[in-house]
Amino acid sequence: MSGALPSPRAAAALVAAGFRRYATYRQATLAGAFTNTVFGVVKVSILFAAAETAGGVVAGYDRAALSTYTWLSQGLIAVVWVFTWTPVVQRVRSGDVAIDLARPVHPVAVWLAEDLGRASQACLVRFAGPLVVGGLIFGLRVPERPATLPLFAVSVVLAVAVSFGCRLLVSLVAFWLIDVRGLLTLYVVVSNVLCGLLVPVPFFPGWLRTAAYATPFPSMLQTPVDVAVERMSAVDAAVAVSVQAAWAAVLLAAVVTVLARGTRRLVVQGG
Amino acid sequence: MTWRGGLRVYGTLLRAGIAGQTAYRTSFALELAGAGLLVGLDFVEVLAIFTQVPLVEGFSFPEVVLVFALASVSFAVADLLVGQTDAVIQHVRSGTFDVVLLRPLPTLGQLAAADLQPRRLGRIAVSVVVLVLALRELELDWSPARVALLVVAPLAGTVIFGSLFVCAGALSFWLVEGTEVGSALIYGSAYLSQWPIGVLGPVVGRFFTFVVPAAFTGYLPAVALLGRSEPTGLPAWVGWLCPVAAAAALAVAALCWRAGVRHYVGAGG
Repeated sequence: MSGALPSPRAAAALVAAGFRRYATYRQATLAGAFTNTVFGVVKVSILFAAAETAGGVVAGYDRAALSTYTWLSQGLIAVVWVFTWTPVVQRVRSGDVAIDLARPVHPVAVWLAEDLGRASQACLVRFAGPLVVGGLIFGLRVPERPATLPLFAVSVVLAVAVSFGCRLLVSLVAFWLIDVRGLLTLYVVVSNVLCGLLVPVPFFPGWLRTAAYATPFPSMLQTPVDVAVERMSAVDAAVAVSVQAAWAAVLLAAVVTVLARGTRRLVVQGG
Repeated sequence: MTWRGGLRVYGTLLRAGIAGQTAYRTSFALELAGAGLLVGLDFVEVLAIFTQVPLVEGFSFPEVVLVFALASVSFAVADLLVGQTDAVIQHVRSGTFDVVLLRPLPTLGQLAAADLQPRRLGRIAVSVVVLVLALRELELDWSPARVALLVVAPLAGTVIFGSLFVCAGALSFWLVEGTEVGSALIYGSAYLSQWPIGVLGPVVGRFFTFVVPAAFTGYLPAVALLGRSEPTGLPAWVGWLCPVAAAAALAVAALCWRAGVRHYVGAGG
């Protein structure tokens, strides 16, 4: 395994390759955006009903913020990818991972670049679609601070990196277990709750909120959304994004270590 | 083929499918737990919202948990029985539906038996536990009629969700590339059926009561069991009609499936 990072040109080519691979599936993209929008309508309706009982504001979110939370989180589903993710699992099982290990660039860097390409492709329709449709029907909160939008963009990139780190870490268990389907299901269920996909993390009962913020999961979804709806002061928003960066660094370091240990166990059959 | 021969084929299909899926014990145990946790995942949403507010659409926490549990049990059983019919799209794409048509057994039954997912039992188990807890908490005023409704409602709900699965499966005979539209309808219905239908507003709420009868799987039977008024203006007894809604859904699903199978033309060869 080579430890080299890709040159900027190679990295750009890998991101573009990831982008193009997913851009091929146009109908799947449209169908996914449709599904995310349908669920968004139900989600925002439930949250609005709660806001009505509470007199307009729930856990610091008013109606506009709840709608923005809904449509940003529905749009980010495909960008950060909160579902089962199996490309690396399949490569470990089939032995194709040997090809990744033989490349002159570190495999984690290759996979990350491809995942960033996948995420940027998802921004076009799967992020923008539900946001535009939902925004037109239910309204969105316009940020007050000029720094919010660039900070949101940084936060989304870090969210993808955190999500990638978690997904890859779970996938690498395939070096030790033959069948990881059960583990993947369990991971999806737990991460979906704790990242704030169904309800905002600040809605959680105290014990669950504390537990959630002790994990990297809110950094995958809740943080970028809260940055966008300006739920915190500019300083706190910057701190939250720094926490994301820290999680991304820790997870990527962990992934590199685990991959090195896993490859020592790897036996690829055939010539 | 005699009916006994038919049963034997079903038995063989079932055994083969189950053996394949439980071959890796650890993974199967985790999948079972994961399926059970899925209910927990949805439940966290209910719990979190009621951490913030005491009522939603005039319904208290245990009342919404009853709606949630009834719909959840119905969906879980339907998912176990016919949820695997989403595999029909792979048969249509690859043309292997020919094999299903060749066997002298009902097509739907074969698909359901061949790919039964025993891990979905986890979801049923957890849903039933939630239902029991909700009923204990509510201390309802039980009459023989209400006991009957408590038994009939999950059965009717299962038929309604099962019909939705079959309609979505039938859709893939026409829309080879658009099956997600059907999934969105099924899983969207499962999601919204866990809440008082009034949250959706008058138009969408009525659509998911009388066109797609999702409200008949949890919400309306719950209103009837609770013996309370219905805030969107439906009569309180509508919940008792859940078997009628189920029968209508079943008839539509049967027609769609038949039309879909007739429309199938194979994939060359």
